[in-house]
Amino acid sequence: MAQIITRVKQKQITQMIDNEKRMDGRGLRDYREMKIEQGLIERAEGSARVLLGKTEVVVGVKIEMGEPFPDTPNEGVLTVNAELTPIASPIFEAGPPDEDSIELARIVDRGIRESKAIDTEKLVIEPGKKVFVVFVDVYVLNHDGNLIDTSALAAVAALLNTKMANYEVKEGEVKIKPGYEKLPINKRPITVTIAKIGNKLIVDPLLEEEQIMDARISMAIDDDGHICAIQKGGSGYFEPNQLLEASKIVEQKAKEIRKKLNW
Amino acid sequence: MNDKPEKLIDKKGLRLDGRKADELRPVKLEVGVISNADGSAYIEHGKNKILAAVYGPREVHPKHLALQDRTVVKCRYHMAPFSVQERKSPAPSRREVELSKMIRESLEPAIFMEYYPRTMIDVFIEVLQADGGTRCASITAAALALADSGIPMRDLVVACAAGKIDNTVVLDLMDTEDKVGSADVPVALMPNLNAVTLLQMDGNLTREEFETAVNMALDGCRKIYAMQKEALKTKYVNVGEEIKEEAED
Repeated sequence: MAQIITRVKQKQITQMIDNEKRMDGRGLRDYREMKIEQGLIERAEGSARVLLGKTEVVVGVKIEMGEPFPDTPNEGVLTVNAELTPIASPIFEAGPPDEDSIELARIVDRGIRESKAIDTEKLVIEPGKKVFVVFVDVYVLNHDGNLIDTSALAAVAALLNTKMANYEVKEGEVKIKPGYEKLPINKRPITVTIAKIGNKLIVDPLLEEEQIMDARISMAIDDDGHICAIQKGGSGYFEPNQLLEASKIVEQKAKEIRKKLNW
Repeated sequence: MNDKPEKLIDKKGLRLDGRKADELRPVKLEVGVISNADGSAYIEHGKNKILAAVYGPREVHPKHLALQDRTVVKCRYHMAPFSVQERKSPAPSRREVELSKMIRESLEPAIFMEYYPRTMIDVFIEVLQADGGTRCASITAAALALADSGIPMRDLVVACAAGKIDNTVVLDLMDTEDKVGSADVPVALMPNLNAVTLLQMDGNLTREEFETAVNMALDGCRKIYAMQKEALKTKYVNVGEEIKEEAED
């Protein structure tokens, strides 16, 4: 699913980055402007729209009742799905999820799951039988690079905004009561993606930068500054010392974003 | 199978299967195991039993996927329904789709893709039995299969995982350790170029622990790399002897 990029452009971007400059005037370690809007979809239990430069993602959260997994009878269920809608880019096609959307969904999922962001034990109605299932649907509306960070941010923002129905169990039957309570959230993971172009590491890559990058690495950082998920992508490689450099940049960037968002 | 062990490391510092913290499971490698394939390899890594086969470079199918300046590498990681405790549906799961992509991206940097424009190289991986760390064992086997097929490569690719169990960073997690433990870090390496081509992680690690885990996994990779080279050599020594015998007959 590659879009063609001319060699002239390729060379131009690489040379600029080599001289510590970017196409849009940012420094190598700067994020684009970030905008977050929560609760825009009233029908959903939770929602958020995140803009990172021109990249735009909406996440909707729906909560339904369902069965727990047999190996985790005392935990609710989290399901993350991502749609690369054909609206968002000429390279996206309608149809069943391809490997890119599955990878995106699984990166977002791992960030939330491994940081234990949702207190899943509080989602149990009847152990082993009935639990709440949290569906997180990532909708990409405009693709201008760094879908991973944007989607991960939007997913957590939507979860923070999610309401759960009140219920009571009467004679084995679950009854929904009026009113809502907040979805129990423990952690607010932040995912930061680093792209390697030439021998430089940059944050928040633009679409054109992603098209020419050697490889990328995404790390999810929890509230304590611990790493809870990593994914390398792209058909290139990192040297071991670049991985450690990347982990330091990510730690720093996650801290800055956390401060800015007051998370 | 549902009873989780309380302790993964005993008082003597030994793990459930008697290994030390930085000890690999036994690894057995064999090259050229499928006669129909252009290249193939078999790996036993602990209880993991995995076959990898390479077909190509061959005609691209479907045709519109062809690239004018390089080959297209396709990878399919697949688990047999009987490879795990509870039968796995043979249809590809989301996990398998993701792993296929990860494995492909970990092998591509080693292949001289520009040598074969307008062609396709298929890498097929069948997990016959799984015991934790299948993606790493798959990469190790698939790289051998690629080398066996004669496709020019910059380096072999070898993979190994490290992780954290009972607050200790250890090498090469097996199934139970992966499920009960608190972190898993699979790493793939091109040993001569010192280039990391796969890195994933889930769990919870500080940056220091992450560094320790990566270094431990890289050491594990280098140990398996020696066995990889040996396995390749063994096949061609055998082939050489067969030719000699034929000549004598």
